[in-house]
Amino acid sequence: MTTVLERVRSGREAAGERWRGAPRWVRWALLVAVIAFFYALPNREFYQYLGPIPTPGANFTQVLFTVSIYVLLAVGLNIVVGFAGLLDLGYFGFFAVGAYTVAVLTSPSSNLKTLWPWLLVVPLAIGLTMLSGVMLGTPTLRLRGDYLAIVTLGFAEMIRIAAVSSEFLKGQRGFNQIPHPPGKYADGKPFFGVLDARPYYWLVLTLIILVVIGVRNLTHSRVGRAWISIREDEDAAQLMGVPTFKFKLWAFASGAAIAGLAGALFAGKQNFVNSQNFELLNSIIILAAVIFGGSGNIVGAIVGGGLVAYMIERFRGIELFGVELYEYRFLIFGLVLVVMMIFRPEGLIPNRRRAAEFKDRRKEVIVGE
Amino acid sequence: MLLEIDDVSLLYGRIQALHGISLTVAEGEIVALIGANGAGKSTTMRAISGIRPIATGSIRFDGEDISKLRADLRVRRGLCQAPEGRGIFPGMSVLENLDMGAYTRRDRAGIAEDLARVLDLFPRLAERRKQAGGTLSGGEQQMLAVGRALMSRPKLLLLDEPSMGLAPMLIQQIFDIIKEINEQGTTVLLVEQNAQQALARAHRAYVLETGKIVKTGTGAELLHDPAVKEAYLGVA
Repeated sequence: MTTVLERVRSGREAAGERWRGAPRWVRWALLVAVIAFFYALPNREFYQYLGPIPTPGANFTQVLFTVSIYVLLAVGLNIVVGFAGLLDLGYFGFFAVGAYTVAVLTSPSSNLKTLWPWLLVVPLAIGLTMLSGVMLGTPTLRLRGDYLAIVTLGFAEMIRIAAVSSEFLKGQRGFNQIPHPPGKYADGKPFFGVLDARPYYWLVLTLIILVVIGVRNLTHSRVGRAWISIREDEDAAQLMGVPTFKFKLWAFASGAAIAGLAGALFAGKQNFVNSQNFELLNSIIILAAVIFGGSGNIVGAIVGGGLVAYMIERFRGIELFGVELYEYRFLIFGLVLVVMMIFRPEGLIPNRRRAAEFKDRRKEVIVGE
Repeated sequence: MLLEIDDVSLLYGRIQALHGISLTVAEGEIVALIGANGAGKSTTMRAISGIRPIATGSIRFDGEDISKLRADLRVRRGLCQAPEGRGIFPGMSVLENLDMGAYTRRDRAGIAEDLARVLDLFPRLAERRKQAGGTLSGGEQQMLAVGRALMSRPKLLLLDEPSMGLAPMLIQQIFDIIKEINEQGTTVLLVEQNAQQALARAHRAYVLETGKIVKTGTGAELLHDPAVKEAYLGVA
């Protein structure tokens, strides 16, 4: 058993080595091909040739949009959990803040009746989520341990309950006629319409690429080094002169900002936002996706977020022994996670450092015994 | 005095770990703090480096009261601690660890100079410069922790149990290096269970017992003090 596992592991390591050892142009070409593939993916003319990949029980382009939102969220949460090592159990709360900011300021059903255009509200939504991140982080990030996890969990529930029961946030009735992003074709038809999900998907995909470039640059800077040092050993980081509180707050707020952006995009696409969109389960799914993909690694987070969101939708419309698999999606998801944590706790595509940290911790456990 | 600690006490929750400790370190000295397990040696270090807040008393460094200063700002003032045991960054390479030591500095030329000096002091680290910190042996990790602290070019280097868990030959070596660092101009405050080695090299030393300082003197004096001999040196 272990030998098989080791062979698989070393095989994967060899693949990683080959990737890192490949010439620059090969890596670029592959990257461009992958990006082109994902831009082409929502076109029926393309995906009808992809065999089992399109989802049988749901509109594939709609699914792709949902998946892309999850990927964006996973990239954002990865900053918080993967880079700075902070456990955030209520990440979806920030998504809700972003979506509701857009809803309240743009929808005609809002009490405010501001009716601002979508594009104007997006930066506001991002700013407001960031601010809520700072407000939440300032008292809790000074403390060590599980406080942050509990407070974030409470925060997400607070937002959800406020959405359900406050008159201002409209509960189940929700906000309708939220405007779409601007843009028109040459013939005057809007680019971002009601029926076609493709433009939204392309927009999110483009934003994911921009965010990833930004995050990558950040992690290769002094900021990134500070985050990694905090994750690896917070005391030691402080003893090296890293202002740990400041950098934790930074990570937390940047993660929140990305969730706010995702929320604003979601509201702009859905046209309608109500309290049912923000269940606690979503926070858990994104966290699981980041860990599943390999926390601390941007590619891992993308793959994790994408796979998890896609798998859940993929179960729709599949029947096995007379039961629809979709009903059991979380059972299957849970099983996959358990198996994963046993055999590959560092995630599908782990960060090399992260893998070393895991080894280090395992060693510590053995020493401790 | 470079470091003056006056009547410092510290609490862990409701347990008082330090009871009014006073000690001083003058520029250029090696000062050792010895004592049994749980006497409060590491706690004293944490109080000085600022990882743990103190309850009463004051800490002055280089003429400035730093009692309430954040730990990372104390590093900027020239006070750097090599943490006890496995306080290195396991996922970072040896070079990256050393680079983290220079986190507060911006002078590239000076950093490169100090890196050369550290690799010169610890040739083993030079051999393993690309290796992840977590994969080093205990002794190498200890050297990395000391080397990393040196990279901040501290005025005062705090060493918490640098000989812990090392083989006798390595212990000798690490103390020789501490002596050398001191001769190159860095003041050292050292916490040790290995009283023999520490007292032999320290200019002055303090003996800590259950959170209080019970004795002080030059290294040689304490080395020949009958009570110290019996309690810490294993000689009747």
